[in-house]
Parts: sequence; C-alpha cells; structure tokens
Amino acid sequence: MNIVVCVKRVPDLAEAEIVVDRSEKGIETEDLVFDINEWDNYAVEEAVLLKESIGGTVTAISLGEEDSEEVLRRGLAVGADNAILLNDRAFDGGDAFATAKALAAAIERNPFDLILTGAQAADDGYAQVGATLAEMLGIPHATLVTGLEIDGNVARVHRELEAGLEEILDVRLPAVLTIQTGINEPRYVSIAGIRRVARREIEVLGAKDLGLSGDEVGAAGSRLEMQRLFVPPATQKGEILEGSVDVTTEKLVSIFASKGWLA
Amino acid sequence: MKEILVLAEHRKGELRDITLDLLARGQQLADKLRAQQAEGELTAVVLGQDVGTFADTLSSYADRVLVVEEEAMRAFNSDAYQEALAHLIKQRRPAITLIGHTAFGIDLAPALATSLDAALATDCIEVDVEGGAFTAVRPAYGGKARMSVLLRGDVRIATIQSGSAPSPSPRATRGEIVSIDSPLAGEIAYKKFLEYADTSAGEIDITQSDIVVAVGRGIGDPKNIPIVEDLASALGGVLACSRPVVDKKWLPKARQVGISGKTVQPKLYLAVGISGAFQHVSAIKGANMVVAINKDPKAPIFRVADYGIVGDLFTVVPALREKILKAKSGK
Ligand SMILES: Cc1cc2nc3c(=O)[nH]c(=O)nc-3n(C[C@H](O)[C@H](O)[C@H](O)COP(=O)(O)OP(=O)(O)OC[C@H]3O[C@@H](n4cnc5c(N)ncnc54)[C@H](O)[C@@H]3O)c2cc1C
Ligand SMILES: Nc1ncnc2c1ncn2[C@@H]1O[C@H](COP(=O)(O)O)[C@@H](O)[C@H]1O
Repeated sequence: MNIVVCVKRVPDLAEAEIVVDRSEKGIETEDLVFDINEWDNYAVEEAVLLKESIGGTVTAISLGEEDSEEVLRRGLAVGADNAILLNDRAFDGGDAFATAKALAAAIERNPFDLILTGAQAADDGYAQVGATLAEMLGIPHATLVTGLEIDGNVARVHRELEAGLEEILDVRLPAVLTIQTGINEPRYVSIAGIRRVARREIEVLGAKDLGLSGDEVGAAGSRLEMQRLFVPPATQKGEILEGSVDVTTEKLVSIFASKGWLA
Repeated sequence: MKEILVLAEHRKGELRDITLDLLARGQQLADKLRAQQAEGELTAVVLGQDVGTFADTLSSYADRVLVVEEEAMRAFNSDAYQEALAHLIKQRRPAITLIGHTAFGIDLAPALATSLDAALATDCIEVDVEGGAFTAVRPAYGGKARMSVLLRGDVRIATIQSGSAPSPSPRATRGEIVSIDSPLAGEIAYKKFLEYADTSAGEIDITQSDIVVAVGRGIGDPKNIPIVEDLASALGGVLACSRPVVDKKWLPKARQVGISGKTVQPKLYLAVGISGAFQHVSAIKGANMVVAINKDPKAPIFRVADYGIVGDLFTVVPALREKILKAKSGK
C-alpha cells in the first residue's frame, strides 16, 4: 500500500497575536512559532499506523517555503519513507484550488493507493484541498474522517457529522481521506528522533518539474483573488473586568451573586 | 445573471437550521441583484426522497423551489449530490450557488466546484455582490483574522458558516414548486453509505445543567483538570470541555461542547482556557451569560463573552473558587 500524506507548516495560533503585513495579504511571521498543522499531525500518524499494520510506504509532501522541511522531517522521524517539498516562487499566494493543483501533479508522478490530508489547515481554514485533490485526480474522497479500516481495496470510514453523529461508509481505493482530529493518538517526536533524519534527502520540486506553467499555480492559478486580510476590530460584546486577580474575581462573584447563583 | 441558487440541507427527515442561513443570505443577494440590475431571484433546491414538506417550507422564502426526488439521495451522499447539482448548475447558470459549511457541504462543495471549474469560497460569514462581482468575507488564523476574497470567473459557489446570517423573511407570495426528473445516470459504485452512529451518549448530560463550566486546551495537562472541575462543583454546575480535551482522551465525548459535540443553553457558560473557535462558540449561543477566562487578550472567545478575565487560569480559577465558596457560606 502506497500512502501519501499532505502536511502543511502553520503558525501556532493559541496565544499568537496576528499582525497583517504591509501587503495586506499576508501576516508578519517573525514572532510566531510554526509547527505541523494539527490535523496533518493526525493524518501522518494514521498513515504510519496503516503502514505498520498492513505494510507499504508513506510519502509526506508539503507545498511551502524551505522552512516546510521541518514538518517533512517530522514526518520522516515518525516513520514516513519519503518526503517531497514543492517549493517555487510561482506557488506563492495560491488558494486551495491552486495548492491542490500542484499537489495533484506531484502525487500523480508515482503510483498511490491512499492519500491522507488534514480536514483543514489552521491558517487559511479552507477545508477544501483534500476533496479538490481527489476530484483533480479523478478518485473518490471522504472528508472529516474519525475512523478508518482498510480491507483490500475498500476503506471503511467513519465521517464526523454534527452533534456527535457519524456516518459509516465504504469507499473504494484509491481515494483521498481528510483526517479529523482525535482519530488516533499521535506519537511523541523527540528532538533526537528528528536529528536522526536530518540527513535524509528531501526531493524538492518546482512548477516546471511538475509540468505546470506559472499561470496554473500560485495567485495566478487561483479561483479566489485575495483582496485583503484584516484583523476585525475588537468590538467587545461584553466587559473585560480590569484589575488584579483579587479584584476581577471579586467582581465576577458579585455578578454571580446578583443573579442568585450563589444562594 | 439573476438567479441565486441555495441548496437545502436535511438529515434523517428534518430540514437543518443551516438552510435558514442560506435562504437569508440568498434573499439578501437576490434583493441586491434586483436593486442593481433590475432582476434577481432566489431558487432553493431540495434533493432527496419524500421531501415534499421541505419544499413547502422553502417555498415561503424563495421565489422557486426545485425538487428532485431520488432514492439514491435519501441520505446525504456527496457523489450523488455532486452529480445532480452539477447538472442543475450547468443548465441554469446561476450567479452563485450557496451551500452550508457543514459536514455535508465540506464533503460536497470542493469536488463540485472543481468539476465545474468554479470559484469556491468556503466558510463565508458575508457574501456580497457589486456590479456583477461577488466577494466574500471568511475567517482565517483561527478566527483571529478575516480575509475578503473575490470569486473569479462566472461559476461561483460559496459555503456559508452556520449562524452567520440573520433569519430569512417570509415572502409575500409563495414560490412555485417545480419537480425535476432525477439527472442521476446510475448507481455510484465506489462509495456506499452503511449507517449512522451516535458517539455522544454518556453517563452525563451536560445539556441539562443551568451552569456549565468548560475547560479547554489551555489546561495543558489532564492532571490539572480537577482545578476547573472544583470550580464547577463550587458553582453547582457541570464540567464540560472543548474538542482537543476529548481528542486527547482527557475527558469523554459526552462532555464536548461544539458543533460536533453538544449544544448547550445554560444560564451561565464559563469558558476556561478556550480560544473560542467558531465550531465551539456556535454551540453556546443560547447561553444567557458567557464568561471567559483566558490569558490571551486577543482570544476570539472575548468577542462573545459578556464578562471576561484576562489572566492565567492557574491563578484566576482557584481564586474565583475560593471567593465563591466564601460567598456561599455567607462569610
Ligand atoms: C469540522 C470541525 C468540527 C469541530 N468541532 C468542534 C467542537 O464540537 N467543539 C470544539 O470545541 N471544537 C471543535 N472543533 C475544533 C475547533 O476548530 C478548535 O480547534 C477548538 O475548539 C480549540 O479548542 P481550545 O479552545 O480548547 O484550544 P486552543 O484553540 O488551543 O485554545 C487554548 C486557549 O487556552 C488559552 N490558554 C493557554 N494557557 C492558558 C492559561 N494558563 N490560562 C488561561 N488561558 C490559557 C490560550 O490563550 C488559548 O486561547 C472542530 C473543528 C472542525 C474542523
Ligand atoms: N501547502 C500545503 N502543503 C501540503 N498540504 C497542504 C497544503 N495546504 C493544504 N494542505 C493539505 O490540505 C489540508 C486542508 O487544507 P485547507 O483546505 O487549506 O484547509 C491540510 O490539512 C493539508 O493536509
């Protein structure tokens, strides 16, 4: 079984302040910490679990700047066999469609049985690349996958719906599955583990290597034209309680008391 | 360019709420087109089996309802839906097609758009048209930023975030209901729906409590959860959580609040170490009061909170608990 897993390097957003850059199309990245997209981390683990149980190879692929090597090496450290970096100025500013186009061209070069992506990328949040990729490759897809079993050329998948509901489907391979968080427990990667794969070769490909022209990828090849990225004004619906911990908690307690919740 | 197409979403015999968001957005766009170029109309599409009552409901809000009765589309199936919709869109050439940004729309819209060579904007919180150009606003960077995008070309699809639109208004005259023969060519052999499964049942029902105290990834380690649990007990409330806490198996799924977990409507919802992603906060809209404790002043949760404390939960939560216990004991 040849498994391809798509991984993206994204900023950690939990406590980050997002500052839009002067182009108004990107963000200032100096103060941000980057890591593998959370959903992709689960996808990599799922790929490696499959390889461990039924055999085969895992290829990790990422489209991005040179730094994206980090997330590819992380993939190699947990058990991926190969890594491909799609790196070219021509890919800059691509939307989900243009990104999928380049990924599809790269993936098509070799035989594959299963492609895993994350359900969504934490930065652009399109939730679109996986299923787009499937359509471009002319194969079926299932999104938001929270459970997966392979039996011959059929994947039995659990797809997450709303309100705790799931649907169970059989999907014929080759297929693209987009992986939802919680499907497994991603293993811990030690620094030593990443160091061990520091010398492993990462194949780097540009648009030309994929037989794509500059206007098929990146901003030019996109279906969406980014007009402006902005941070919405901090219209606070309510009130931020000001003061020391003692003062703020006291205020909150008197609000609760006034509602009769502390009786 | 005058028709706005809206795809009704239903599951297990019920029209889903997102359909109202889509109709409201569709009405706005149709009205705009009418104002800008003297023609604009809203067409709702409902695909499935035994969907007559849905068509009736939809006809109060749309100028026209297209109904395709087809057994293969009884349960949602992105491939059958894709084929049927692609057919309708090619035939009718609507100005834009609106689909929910739901588990259903996420599975359907990207492949549909690709097959039609259409521009797709997902998770839109606004869609606008000016001089024939459609633009959308959608969140990025976990809700900390937004992007406005132009949908290029003349085949356009947008998926709409649930709860992002006002309520649709009933139209003065009911729309006509038009029945259409199923355009499906045959069975879809490569994908087969088997059954639904419910994963949310558990020993505790968090939807029944007046006070819900929810813990998020900010708690850092499962051994810290009792800090928040003790606060919940002090308030006589129930402990709930955000999704990562369940993903990491720190708490059971039955405690998860959010679109893929439970929707709650307590008197008080107290969010601790939760950033406030759309998928979380859309399930607490019915709370009378939302309070957030988070050390990031830019956390989106503060946009929906009635009261907020910016601070480290490890100091704020114990202090709050102590004061609550004191107040309760009357000292
Ligand atoms: C299809 C789909 C469905 C989803 N369904 C759900 C769902 O049902 N429910 C759900 O919750 N999510 C859901 N999500 C995930 C959602 O997008 C977010 O990833 C998730 O809600 C984030 O959880 P969090 O706020 O706990 O974690 P984070 O976003 O990581 O936020 C942690 C917060 O803790 C704060 N913090 C850290 N340390 C401290 C400290 N010491 N003191 C105070 N604050 C601190 C940080 O500032 C941060 O704001 C879904 C996603 C998708 C794609
Ligand atoms: N630049 C990229 N490189 C590799 N994979 C990507 C890239 N962008 C998106 N993906 C994959 O597609 C998934 C969904 O991304 P998106 O549609 O942008 O939300 C991600 O979780 C990745 O698996």
